[in-house]
Amino acid sequence: MQTKVENNKAWFLVLPVFLIVAFSAIIPLMTVVNYSVQDIFDPYTRYFVGTEWFKQVMLDSRLHEALLRQFIYSFTILIIEVPLGICVALMMPTKGRGASLALILVAIPLLIPWNVVGTIWQIFGRADIGLFGAFMSSIGVDYNYASDPTDAWLTVVLMDVWHWTPLVALLCYSGLRAIPEVYYQAARIDQASRWAVFRYIQLPKLTNVLIIGVLLRFMDSFMIYTEPFVLTGGGPGSSTTFLSQSLVQQAIGQFDLGPAAAFSLVYFLIILLVCWVFYTTIMNMQKDK
Amino acid sequence: MAWMSWTLPTALFFIGIAVILVGMTTWQLISPCVERRGFLPLATTRGDRLFIGLLSSAFIHLAFVALTDVNIAVATVLCAFWMIILMRWG
Amino acid sequence: MTQSNTTMTRQNTAKKEQAPVYSKAERKTRNAHLRGRFGLVLYVVLLLLPIYWLVNMSFKTNTEILSGLSFFPENFTLANYAKIFGDPTWYMGYVNSIFYVSMNMVISLVVALPAAYAFSRYKFIGDKHMFFWLLSNRMAPPAVFLLPFFQLYSSVGLFDTHIAVALAHCLFNVPLAVWILEGFMSGVPREIDETAYIDGYSFPKFFVRIFIPLIRSGIGVTAFFCFMFSWVELLLARTLTSVDAKPIAAIMTRTVSASGMDWGLLAAAGVLTILPGMLVIYFVRNHVAKGFALGRV
Repeated sequence: MQTKVENNKAWFLVLPVFLIVAFSAIIPLMTVVNYSVQDIFDPYTRYFVGTEWFKQVMLDSRLHEALLRQFIYSFTILIIEVPLGICVALMMPTKGRGASLALILVAIPLLIPWNVVGTIWQIFGRADIGLFGAFMSSIGVDYNYASDPTDAWLTVVLMDVWHWTPLVALLCYSGLRAIPEVYYQAARIDQASRWAVFRYIQLPKLTNVLIIGVLLRFMDSFMIYTEPFVLTGGGPGSSTTFLSQSLVQQAIGQFDLGPAAAFSLVYFLIILLVCWVFYTTIMNMQKDK
Repeated sequence: MAWMSWTLPTALFFIGIAVILVGMTTWQLISPCVERRGFLPLATTRGDRLFIGLLSSAFIHLAFVALTDVNIAVATVLCAFWMIILMRWG
Repeated sequence: MTQSNTTMTRQNTAKKEQAPVYSKAERKTRNAHLRGRFGLVLYVVLLLLPIYWLVNMSFKTNTEILSGLSFFPENFTLANYAKIFGDPTWYMGYVNSIFYVSMNMVISLVVALPAAYAFSRYKFIGDKHMFFWLLSNRMAPPAVFLLPFFQLYSSVGLFDTHIAVALAHCLFNVPLAVWILEGFMSGVPREIDETAYIDGYSFPKFFVRIFIPLIRSGIGVTAFFCFMFSWVELLLARTLTSVDAKPIAAIMTRTVSASGMDWGLLAAAGVLTILPGMLVIYFVRNHVAKGFALGRV
């Protein structure tokens, strides 16, 4: 790594970014902190309640369930999306017209607005007008994502896999493209098996992008809101109500600003911790190189 | 500003954070610190230890609020000690 | 590290397979190749099927949609599209979306370029923490900030303007832009900067004339990512707008659910939201492979 020059004037180059992000990040964050210690009826009728909301939130079983659901969900999609993404990346052609075409086709789901993704699957999964729903019924599976919790859960997972595997695939694809052809030639000369090539040449090169991919996917799935909201509305029951959604329900639906804010902060702290662990790991790995 | 619903404790909290940040910057300008390794499993600078300390303090406070009925000030005092240990030997 | 791994592989495999038959190995590679192509085609077909279904539905009338499944529209109709393009409340949604997305793209790039340069070239007080703080904003769930956002932008009089949505989207796009650009800039050797300064270039002149052309592809990729995340985001965009700047995605949900389900219209509107994205990815297709690694492979 190149050594960097010490120069505190560089702050002037960062200042615009700092100001623009601080405006949208710090002021709302301060407001959330203020909300979290008060009982708010309207801006002029509010009472200081100290840490009461935090206590309530930390002991609230609904939120524990939402948190648990969230973790199971995030791990499920990671376990499916990462290997699948790697496979797709390995299968994508590296040269020529086919490469561009495959790239564009694979990337399409990423560019669809999230509520349209929800809409697509809402239509696609219906037994009366959707292909997937009709297919499931025709092979004898009693499938209805609107009334059966398991089906709803599976559909949300399937939707996420459909939507986000391309991100992992494209990350891995770009990682694979960075491997010099010489490595493959050496492997061919040695008659290395396909698995050996993957294990000792491709996988090491992929670790960096995979960490980015896992990080992005973990964070994004943790804040998933729009797609399940459009698809199932969090139901049936609360089987697909994830963290963000229970938050919005509480803050805007029931106007329980205090508890919602306290919950947001706990949520934010968890995210911050996970982020920091991942970030430190990435940075240390890059330093080791 | 009315919509931000300020209260005295939260205002003090943010002023405190701001003071710490300004203080750390001045400290860094006066005597730049080098990365070192303490009892934490990774090499850290002063700023890293501050961040780790603040984050862990937040979780300690949360645990106190959730699991015990002890006054929150006890947790704060505990965290202050923890911060000192972390900054000095972390 | 990889180098040593390769040598290790060489020794391992050399021990295992002493004298393999050449033609057999060749056949094996070709078979694997074919299997790979087949798998890819299968994946892409499965990927495109839901989208095809949407396109298919957008060309059908509602009666045909509800009367049964078919892979091709029997009574091919453009009525759904005609309705969207004939009604300003519909098509203005597209204009609004494109307007604030472009604005966000420009703002993000303009502020992120110098910052990324600073991060890639200099050490300064709090640089690492600043970088982490930026990234943590990328990861903060927007749902947490909905209400304060609404109040913040109302109080500064920006509610229901395009700039409000563009600024709000900066919260996650600017950090991402800094991250990607920093990766690309670190790939440019520092000697270029030094030579330019010796030749008497001032910083702004060097930055615009020499440096920016060098990382052109990185800028293209960053713009693509900013477009992508701003285009697909709905929660903030919907919260910060009511009439004048309402994005198409929000108009879709409102109009359709109000008067029963107009599936054909919904599908047509959905198809139209996919098109701009495809156009943009077509332009950056040659750089996107590198860009997805955020410049740090």
